[in-house]
Amino acid sequence: MSAVALRGESRVSPAMRRRRSPLAIAAVLLAAAAAALVWALVAGDLPVTVAEVLSALSGGDGLSASVIRELRLPRAVAAFACGGLLATAGALMQVLLRNPLADPYILGISGGAAVAALGAITLGAATFWVDASAFAGALAAMLVVFGLAHGDGSWTQTRLLLTGVIVAAGCGAAVSLMLVLAPDTRVMSMLFWMMGDASAAARPWPALLLLGLALGAVMPFARDLNVLARGELSARALGVRVSHLRAALYVLASLLTASAVTLVGSVGFVGLIVPHLVRLVLGNDQRVLIPAAALAGGTLLTLADTAARTVMAPQQLPVGVLTALIGVPVFLFLLSRSPRSAR
Amino acid sequence: MNAAARRLPVDDAPLLEAERLALQVGERWLCCEFSLSLAAGECLVLLGPNGAGKTTLLHTLAGLRAPSVGQVRIGGLPYAAWPALEAARFRGLLTQQQPDPFAAGVLETVLVGRHPHLGRWGWEGAEDVAIARRALEAVGLADFAQRDVQTLSGGERQRVAIATLLTQAPRLFLLDEPLNHLDLHHQIAALDLFQRLVREDGAGRGSVLVLHDINLAARYADHVILLDGRGGVIAGDRDAVLCAELLSQAFGHPLQRIEHGGRAVFLPD
Repeated sequence: MSAVALRGESRVSPAMRRRRSPLAIAAVLLAAAAAALVWALVAGDLPVTVAEVLSALSGGDGLSASVIRELRLPRAVAAFACGGLLATAGALMQVLLRNPLADPYILGISGGAAVAALGAITLGAATFWVDASAFAGALAAMLVVFGLAHGDGSWTQTRLLLTGVIVAAGCGAAVSLMLVLAPDTRVMSMLFWMMGDASAAARPWPALLLLGLALGAVMPFARDLNVLARGELSARALGVRVSHLRAALYVLASLLTASAVTLVGSVGFVGLIVPHLVRLVLGNDQRVLIPAAALAGGTLLTLADTAARTVMAPQQLPVGVLTALIGVPVFLFLLSRSPRSAR
Repeated sequence: MNAAARRLPVDDAPLLEAERLALQVGERWLCCEFSLSLAAGECLVLLGPNGAGKTTLLHTLAGLRAPSVGQVRIGGLPYAAWPALEAARFRGLLTQQQPDPFAAGVLETVLVGRHPHLGRWGWEGAEDVAIARRALEAVGLADFAQRDVQTLSGGERQRVAIATLLTQAPRLFLLDEPLNHLDLHHQIAALDLFQRLVREDGAGRGSVLVLHDINLAARYADHVILLDGRGGVIAGDRDAVLCAELLSQAFGHPLQRIEHGGRAVFLPD
């Protein structure tokens, strides 16, 4: 009997090993998010103090106040919203496809956005029209994938996944073609659009609002997602309306991804790795995972974006590179501490 | 509970009824029209060769698939009249496979069975955890509560699935090959467990099992439905259906019936 107990000890799941109260988790994540946002407002060429940040936010005047309010705050909010949207979309996609390797871009949403945005840049469109095209392209990709995967009335995960991956591959080819054919003057702005650039984010607040609304819409159904993650058939037998839930998940995850890509660009890594990071620490209960992923994703991208504009200033680094540089070591550290791979 | 919910199920109605049921997959008819009725305290076993449509029939009885012809009722009412969560408190399904794409604790997995008993914003409380722990104990996994399901053996995982169904606490158990991956001891233990639950006085429970072992069917079934894989259905009391001639025809292999210790045993030639 003791051998069984010992074996049981050594292979406990992360969630069981460290069950924490949801309130404590929320407090830690909110504090981290606030700290990241404060750093994003303080850091930069123009040194400011935390007191100046507070005065700027409460309507103070002066150079530092306008730098904070007009440059750093919109950029920090854009990065936070984009990270939160991508991490939430990634967590939803992983449940929808019941595949730990799923990310927000796997079904071709970012591909559709990139084709449309690069098309607009090729035509020399203004920023607003590039953004509008990106959003329209993302929604078009969503409709195409959904329509094709749904073609014969039955939509299995495999069919949806394959359709999405193929559409994404097609978009990738179209993007390469446009990059090759574009005049040299436009290639740089195309590359920057694709790697993600929070400095150009024009309207960050609606994206943050969307993130809040999406969380509000998902949370009442979070336990249904727990059931769905364990198989469609069992979920239906347990009273979950699977076809409605999956369609809603797909549309919501696509909308969140489309908004994030339109706002900042196809920032890689956040949508795949943040849900896994949270899962390693807190377990796979979607009622905890989804809001925690939203906060952690926002925090990670805010940190990465602030680092991207400060570490090699005045040179700006692509934010996607920084998310990977921060996220990879953190992820590997947590993975090495998880009980199954540690032994 | 609203007024509509309280009239479910209809008093004194059989747990499960199928009326003039027929199933078609593509162009192929899996079974011709037949009817069945399962009362509380009874066990029905579905037998038949591979691909005969046992799982399809079970899913139809579980309301997860519309019948091609006829109607299925639980507690006296067709599935369309049941809200999904109400139905999930009345009947539960053990599926053939339990995919685990993500790491999760055993207790956490078993607690998923409480889903239909909790409100939209409800979290599992101490009482739900107690129910789940009793279910784990019933399948001999009391020490496994903290384990990760991805590290379990096939038989242990199957017993976690059985415990999840016990945690769901339905009145009608629909079990698709419940003995998958189980060793002999746990096969008998699982069948005894469900027999005890079904025979419990006043509990009003019943079970439908898809089995491959004819001798276990002979030991535990009250009624048997034999699908022959060519659209034929033989439904009736155990002793009427379980005869060497019908079984040999359905399975396409000659069988002998032997009396041993007062029980019928079927041996393949």
